[in-house]
Amino acid sequence: MLPLTQPVRKLEPWQDPNEKPYIQIENISKSYGAIQAVKGVSLSIYKGELFSLLGGSGCGKTTLLRMLAGFETPTAGRILIDGIDVTNWAPYQRPVNMMFQSYALFPHMTVYQNIAFGLKQEKLSKTQIHERVQWGLDLVQMLSFAHRKPHQLSGGQRQRVALVRSLVKQPKLLLLDEPLAALDKKLREQTQFELVNIQESVGITFVLVTHDQEEAMTMSTRMAVMEEGRIRQIGVPHDVYEFPSSRYVAEFIGTNNIIEGLVVEDEPDHVLIESQEAGCFVYATHAASMPIGTHVAIAIRPEKVMISTTPPAGSRNCTKGVVREIAYLGDMSIYYVELESGKVIQSSLPNLLRLSERDVKWDDEVYLFWRAENGVVLAT
Amino acid sequence: MGRRGVFVLAGREWRGACNMISDGFLNYSWQQGQEKLNTLYTKGKNSQRKLVVFLPYLWLFLFFLIPFFLILKISFSSSLIGMPPFSSIFEWVGDNLLQIRFNFQNYLSLIQDSFYREAFTSSLKIAGSSTLCCLILGYMMAYGISRANPKWRTVLLLLVVLPFWTSFLIRVYAWMTLLSTQGLINSFLMKIGLINFPLQLLNNSYAVCIGIVYCYLPFMVLPVYTTLEKLDPVYVEAAFDLGCTPWRTFWKVTVSLSKPGIIAGCILVFIPAIGEFVIPEILGGPDTIMIGRALWWEFFNNRDWPLACALAVAMVLLFVAPIMFFQRQQALALERGE
Repeated sequence: MLPLTQPVRKLEPWQDPNEKPYIQIENISKSYGAIQAVKGVSLSIYKGELFSLLGGSGCGKTTLLRMLAGFETPTAGRILIDGIDVTNWAPYQRPVNMMFQSYALFPHMTVYQNIAFGLKQEKLSKTQIHERVQWGLDLVQMLSFAHRKPHQLSGGQRQRVALVRSLVKQPKLLLLDEPLAALDKKLREQTQFELVNIQESVGITFVLVTHDQEEAMTMSTRMAVMEEGRIRQIGVPHDVYEFPSSRYVAEFIGTNNIIEGLVVEDEPDHVLIESQEAGCFVYATHAASMPIGTHVAIAIRPEKVMISTTPPAGSRNCTKGVVREIAYLGDMSIYYVELESGKVIQSSLPNLLRLSERDVKWDDEVYLFWRAENGVVLAT
Repeated sequence: MGRRGVFVLAGREWRGACNMISDGFLNYSWQQGQEKLNTLYTKGKNSQRKLVVFLPYLWLFLFFLIPFFLILKISFSSSLIGMPPFSSIFEWVGDNLLQIRFNFQNYLSLIQDSFYREAFTSSLKIAGSSTLCCLILGYMMAYGISRANPKWRTVLLLLVVLPFWTSFLIRVYAWMTLLSTQGLINSFLMKIGLINFPLQLLNNSYAVCIGIVYCYLPFMVLPVYTTLEKLDPVYVEAAFDLGCTPWRTFWKVTVSLSKPGIIAGCILVFIPAIGEFVIPEILGGPDTIMIGRALWWEFFNNRDWPLACALAVAMVLLFVAPIMFFQRQQALALERGE
């Protein structure tokens, strides 16, 4: 929904047709024998973006990243960085640096030597190297750890050293392979913001690979959801979450209630779906035109499903069920409501009241309803 | 006495050296093992743990420390014609008088007689250069094996150790038939017309080097392979990624990180090589004097046991002890995490 008064906004680079992409991945494929890890991926990434590649294990995201770094040569397609074709460049020739999942800090070198290692290869003078290393250490507040060896650092500190080691080279593109996977949950959340702040302050284009959707959602400007070597959807986190383009994405990102049904009405501003599974008509405003009789799936986020013991006004987007389970998560609770068809719908509510003070309890008969714009219609 | 006597002596030297290296070389893993045992047996298993720790020390005490002190004792006595062929240091004179006579002449002769100095320097040269050759050759082999397809690695490693299935002596004699004037190499070179007269390949220090390199190569390959195999390839990728060329990466990352294996391999080759007797005896010339041969001459030709013992003690103190000390420092540094 658009705000009432829309301010004049600068177009984001991916919305601006005049903007030239900084990193261009053109129809790239990679096969290992008979196994195709990446199948014809094309992607444009703009300068200063923090772009995430999201997907389950084996979806090809890491292979794609390694092709950007130069560790793997694509079987087909090409990669352009700042307009230059680097497809056949060796990793040490590319203006690209990578932060490895295991950090890969050289164990026989101190923090200082690790960070200076990449700069020494550029044949910089000693003072230049020193200045850059100091700048990097200062950036992540690690100045006092310069002479430690990697194994004397904590996981979070190692992560920062690894980041700085690749940052001081001032690459055109920085690749991050699961940068936060080795940290514990609390540190991970804190580091996410740190990483974004650093990225914004240095202005380097980041491409991040992650299987953690929360990480991708909080950090990236745009993200690509991958499955079986293909990109399923590219978009800003909000769009990917709110308007998944396929059932796979809808189920992969966050939790979704998926209801199946048949289109009975197709109007320019809405579609009406009759769902046996939900036991009601679903009226959805956010949907592409679908011919009548098409079998579709409707995705509704649990936080958008409201729950009440009294029937709401209107009969569309409203169904009835029995509370089978209440999962108490601290900040919120998830209600598992079984519909007459046997389908279980999740509804999550913030815990404003204590469980004992709520009117919805186990085995209560309740009404579930949602707004017309919150049902996303997907072709199956 | 012949060969049998030779072997007893060579064997003694060899075993002593072996015990010492294994003590130093295994120090690190030994302590690690102890730590693991500590956690395993913290409660109520103290006696078992002590037994496990005690046994190797008992072994070292019985078969290294006691023989070493016997040798040390003989090295301070004087040579005699008789059985045993040396005087005793401790002697009861009269009823209550214990006479202790230390003879330092043996050690003085080691310094004064240039023969022994030459033996030391030539041993050092031959062992040093053979160790270097072993390192270059062994590193290449170990690197190759560690980069080979995993299913081939075991086979390749087996091939490295395969020569051990035949007798050491036969392997050294085989080189004689290869290197002699009528040997395979010379006849081949003459046949293809590269040379008209056979080359003097046998009976010089080069032949000794070849023999040592050939015999001790597995001792270099195995420890180097172990470190290379464990080396995470991600470090090489990280170096490439940071703009390091493959050649520089090899030196700065691969070689640097395999240093523990290189050190272990060098020690395993250098220490037995420096006391080597059989190889210089068979492949060396009359002028190839190594400590092992000098020892044999002193024991069996001159029957000067005290001088031979002094030579043995000097060798341990000059070559083996510093290396052990260095190893210990390394192990301690590793443990401190430097």
